[in-house]
Amino acid sequence: MNRIAQVIDQFGRSVLRGVEEMGSMLLLLISAIGWMVRPPLKLRLIFKQMEFVGVKSIFVVLLTGTFTGMVMALQGYYGFRMFSAESLVGSTVALGMTRELGPVLTSLMVTARAGSAMAAELGTMRVTEQIDALYVMAANPVKHLIVPRIVATVLMLPLLTVVSDFMGIIGGYFVGVPLLGINEGAFVKNITKYVDLSDIYNGLTKAAVFGLILALVGCYKGFNTKGGAEGVGRATTEAVVLASISILISDYFLTAIMF
Amino acid sequence: MIELVDIHKSFGKQHVLDGVNLTVEQGKTTVIIGRSGGGKSVVLKHMIGLLKPDSGKVLVEGTDIARMGDRELNEVRKKFGMLFQEAALFDSMNVAENVAFPLREHTRKKDREIMEIVRENLHSVGLPDVESKMPSELSGGMRKRVGLARALAMRPRIILFDEPTTGLDPVMTEAINELIIRTQKDFNLTCVVISHDIQSIFTVGHRIAMLYDGKIIEYGTPDEIRASRNPVLVQFLSGNLEGPISVL
Repeated sequence: MNRIAQVIDQFGRSVLRGVEEMGSMLLLLISAIGWMVRPPLKLRLIFKQMEFVGVKSIFVVLLTGTFTGMVMALQGYYGFRMFSAESLVGSTVALGMTRELGPVLTSLMVTARAGSAMAAELGTMRVTEQIDALYVMAANPVKHLIVPRIVATVLMLPLLTVVSDFMGIIGGYFVGVPLLGINEGAFVKNITKYVDLSDIYNGLTKAAVFGLILALVGCYKGFNTKGGAEGVGRATTEAVVLASISILISDYFLTAIMF
Repeated sequence: MIELVDIHKSFGKQHVLDGVNLTVEQGKTTVIIGRSGGGKSVVLKHMIGLLKPDSGKVLVEGTDIARMGDRELNEVRKKFGMLFQEAALFDSMNVAENVAFPLREHTRKKDREIMEIVRENLHSVGLPDVESKMPSELSGGMRKRVGLARALAMRPRIILFDEPTTGLDPVMTEAINELIIRTQKDFNLTCVVISHDIQSIFTVGHRIAMLYDGKIIEYGTPDEIRASRNPVLVQFLSGNLEGPISVL
């Protein structure tokens, strides 16, 4: 009996911790929005983060997008060939990329690259008292550190997703048309026939939401780091895991609402 | 100038400050001594509003900052400079940008003027040629001096030093002590220094306060502290293992 009580107690505590953490993250977001609209806008810091999150992620997003499109075309071809519908490979790749894989894979790659770096950088700043130094100099750390990261990530994620979508379709085309011999006209025509502009818009909206999630989680975990180098490592791991899970869960709900 | 009135502070179950009362006099250097992990930094962080007390008052020029909102607190903080234990320089900025940071943040000075002040401040701490270096390229002593230059940039009235000489060699320790004494005198600053370096406390301090068991147990001039018979203080200053402070 005692054992069961302990298990319930532990479960209750972790639920409470989770709820508390979500509440704190929401408060941080509200505070960030408050500082976002208060001038002066720290444009230089925003551009710096845009370069880090966006420009420096292009290569990895490009690779991920291309190979995802290629593998989708390959798998799709084997499936569609069974009932002679190979010409649908193009539209399948395009729909898959624009609606789901473009935004989700781009966000996961940026989480691994930039979300982890946000947690590690802010975590190091916390344990080496650099965040305290900002407070002491009457400079708000949310405005200086968190707002630029959130703004930059929300702006850059849709742009990176465009790159990923485009490269995925190009990759699919490359595998489908020259390698597997699908008719070029049918491949392209089916893309324009089945892919709506709304598929692209909704995918990009998803990417912006995922950008908000990954930047908020990365900043929150880094900002609240405790306990030296070990704490920074823990914060970084937690940021990547929590952001990735949150992206995948929110993807389901966004898809349910949008499509 | 700064008055701590019956400050209590706990972290979880650990009661760190248990009724701290301390007055920091204007234009003087007050040194707070005490055991490592005894709450000295916690006292210092209360003075600048980085921590809020569970109960008690933190009066800065007569106003209680413990009850202030962020905006008011920021105005009070502009009177302060602080040198952190590891200097807390922003490692994404070079030395000049670090020292210029508070000036860019709070003044409308032109870049040329700011750079002049930066150069002047770096010169006053004996570091004329490091402007373009990154903090990671500096030694511990140099980092602390850059930290002091940054703390002085806004010409504050009060400077807080968190263990300014910890981890430095004897010559650098003396150089930092000399800098503290000189800047205090030159700018008629009110300084609060945290230290457990016995030699330094008597060199730089006009007043010395001993924090023990969450309370200030002794306060006085260096001569009064030297002459004190308080067994805790006597053991602390002599570094004896035997006495009321149990270590092993």
